[in-house]
Amino acid sequence: MTAQEIASKAAGSADIVDLWNGRWSGRVVATLDPRAGICRIECRPADLLALCAWLAEEEGYAFATLIVEESTKPAWLLTYVFYRDAASPWVHLELNVDAHAETVPSIVGLAQGPSADWHEREAEDLFGLSFEGHPRLGDFVLHEDWPEGVNPMRRSFDARQRLELREPDPAWEPPTIVEATGSFAMPVGPVFSDFNEASHFLLETVGEDVIHTIPRFFYKYRGVEKIAEGQPVDGVLLLAERFSGNAAFAHGLGFCQAVETISGIEVPSRAGALRTVFAELERLRHHAATITGICNSTALAVATSQAALIEEDLLRLSCEIARHRYLFGAILPGGVSCDLSEAQCKRVAGAVGEIAERLDRLHRMLRYSSSFLDRLEEVGLVSTKVAISYGLVGPIARASGVSRDLRKLRPYAAYDAVDFAVAVEREGDGYARLRVFFREAEQSAAIIQQVVMALPPGEIRTDDTSRRAGRALSAVEAPSGAAFHWVTLREDGTIGRYRITPPSFTNWHGFHLAAENFAFQDFPIILASFGLSNAECDR
Amino acid sequence: MANWVLKGLRTGIKTTVYPSGVDNALGVSPGRPRGAYLRSEEEADALVARCPTAAIARHDGGVAIDNRDCIHCFRCQADAEEPGVPWEDSYEWAAYPDEMTAARNQLHRAFGRSLHIRFIDAGACGACMSEARQLNNPYYNMHRLGFFITPTPRNADILLVAGPVSDAMRLPLRKAYEAMPTPKRVVAIGACAISGGVFGPSFAAASGVADVISVDLVIPGCPPPPLAILHGLLVVVQRKRPSGLVSPPTNGEASPP
Repeated sequence: MTAQEIASKAAGSADIVDLWNGRWSGRVVATLDPRAGICRIECRPADLLALCAWLAEEEGYAFATLIVEESTKPAWLLTYVFYRDAASPWVHLELNVDAHAETVPSIVGLAQGPSADWHEREAEDLFGLSFEGHPRLGDFVLHEDWPEGVNPMRRSFDARQRLELREPDPAWEPPTIVEATGSFAMPVGPVFSDFNEASHFLLETVGEDVIHTIPRFFYKYRGVEKIAEGQPVDGVLLLAERFSGNAAFAHGLGFCQAVETISGIEVPSRAGALRTVFAELERLRHHAATITGICNSTALAVATSQAALIEEDLLRLSCEIARHRYLFGAILPGGVSCDLSEAQCKRVAGAVGEIAERLDRLHRMLRYSSSFLDRLEEVGLVSTKVAISYGLVGPIARASGVSRDLRKLRPYAAYDAVDFAVAVEREGDGYARLRVFFREAEQSAAIIQQVVMALPPGEIRTDDTSRRAGRALSAVEAPSGAAFHWVTLREDGTIGRYRITPPSFTNWHGFHLAAENFAFQDFPIILASFGLSNAECDR
Repeated sequence: MANWVLKGLRTGIKTTVYPSGVDNALGVSPGRPRGAYLRSEEEADALVARCPTAAIARHDGGVAIDNRDCIHCFRCQADAEEPGVPWEDSYEWAAYPDEMTAARNQLHRAFGRSLHIRFIDAGACGACMSEARQLNNPYYNMHRLGFFITPTPRNADILLVAGPVSDAMRLPLRKAYEAMPTPKRVVAIGACAISGGVFGPSFAAASGVADVISVDLVIPGCPPPPLAILHGLLVVVQRKRPSGLVSPPTNGEASPP
């Protein structure tokens, strides 16, 4: 970013602070951090609802994430993060809650409220913080067998202890919604199909058609955020990379960026460019895998094989240039661990170019396979309105007409220097999502070619290993959408709080909307067209 | 539809030469560290300290690698200042978890040549699962070797489990195991399923599959590449010999800085 851009951005941001202080004078304290592009607003619980409603409905801001931190004085610090477009600063609404006030007003009743729904349920489960006015709290991340009243994210809870789990109640039945005569609930999961992640879906049906789907997740909750606490940065990086192996580089990058922001570390330009290459290589592979999944769900055998060959070729390419098929270990705080020689750059550019051509040929053949299109068109609909109110992110939101992309909104690594157009479709059905996956995969290949052709010289890692105490939010566009990493570093260099808001967490929340009133056999197709990961969601 | 048939035929045969030959294609495996003798005691101690999962231990004057704990973080690799351990390009990694199991499996042949496999995700990050899924792609095509994925444990000979076993997956895992007919075998794939990896043991996850059900074969790696999983399945039907769990120091030189 040039000095001029910073200055013009700061001027626009200063207006925001005036706006805040004028509109909400005496009730909030607004401060602006022009360098970070954050407008920090301290508010009182009584004003929270009005503030959130104003931000979302009149100012057009979208809810990004809610971060709960347990501090000493006062007892709780809640940060509601909102974002809008590339020109506006992000808004961090900070709410201090005393220990004796056990409840916080819930914002789920607002128009954009559904996007905060799961955040509040998670905070209630893990911290024991109650949200007043929330319609359904309890048994969310922690299932029924978890002991009542034990909140693992509290500071007093020891992450290494093993608790005595409760015996499952044999009379327990899952809650259902549909009450028509002859209706029944068909359970799917947590162990189902050939290769599906552990998750559970209750399909409420009257026979052929499924009326409603009740998903149940967090079978894979590994307490990543809790076990990260108290560990040094190097240790937590391993967790950040490994909690979701299919987006390892993106989440490693999110974590490293937060650490770099806190410590004031500048990343060399060559490292930034290489980060872009690796992140796009990961996106390309992720999208190829999703396309494989969609072809497989419609039982189109040759197309599945073709897409699977592309996926395997990309895994091999990743291993060849960065030592690991899933890019583990490629990212480090302050840079990357692998450099690309000139020959390797040529090899990568050639390989992704060839893969883009193969994807294009596959896409053209799929477009003329009517039996395939019939299975995808008008299946798993997500309307633009719903995508906005649920705050959906990534390819799924972009297939429903929401053109938000963090690579454009807040360019990181070398994204401010690359040229690409955000892929957007309007229909919001399975076919629109497939088209977005194809377009983005092609773009990733083009971005990789652009960057490796003009790789800046220099170091791939800074020598600056200083660590400062502080907190920062970093945002990256992971393969399935916006990922937010909140890191608090302590004086001794260990992690005080690590909160990950992965795109799968945001988007799984909207899955039940797409899985309504459909024919039974469409379920695997809807599931595949979302292309989400439970490991990423559950953490 | 004829177009698809033509497309398939034009692509030709892509299948790996493994197990009858050695697959040397670039990127089929990330390889793994090997035990080594170092130039000094201090260098060996420094290497032990660099490993975040204690997979490297002092052994007989050098360092040995316990493959069960290795998570492929590459931190034991040589860099500008410090020497590292040598790296081997291999993928035949499947091993028996202990001598008792090894003896039992070698004495008693449980299966013929074909296997039906039920995959269970017990809290895996997705990479192990992705690698297992690749076994169906044309490069590895495990059907040619008589291996099939089955959607139900009731038809399964083998339970292929990935992940450290999160609390919510303990019961489903045990139930799936109990639903399988005998003879049955459990194969743990990946560092998490073997030792808990970077996640377990903790308040939310166990320290691997062996905490819940008995394990007959382990396939180390983070994640093990498809060929390593294929090797494991071939070990179960006794068509391949297993590898060792620990890589002791060898006379090959440590890689210089």
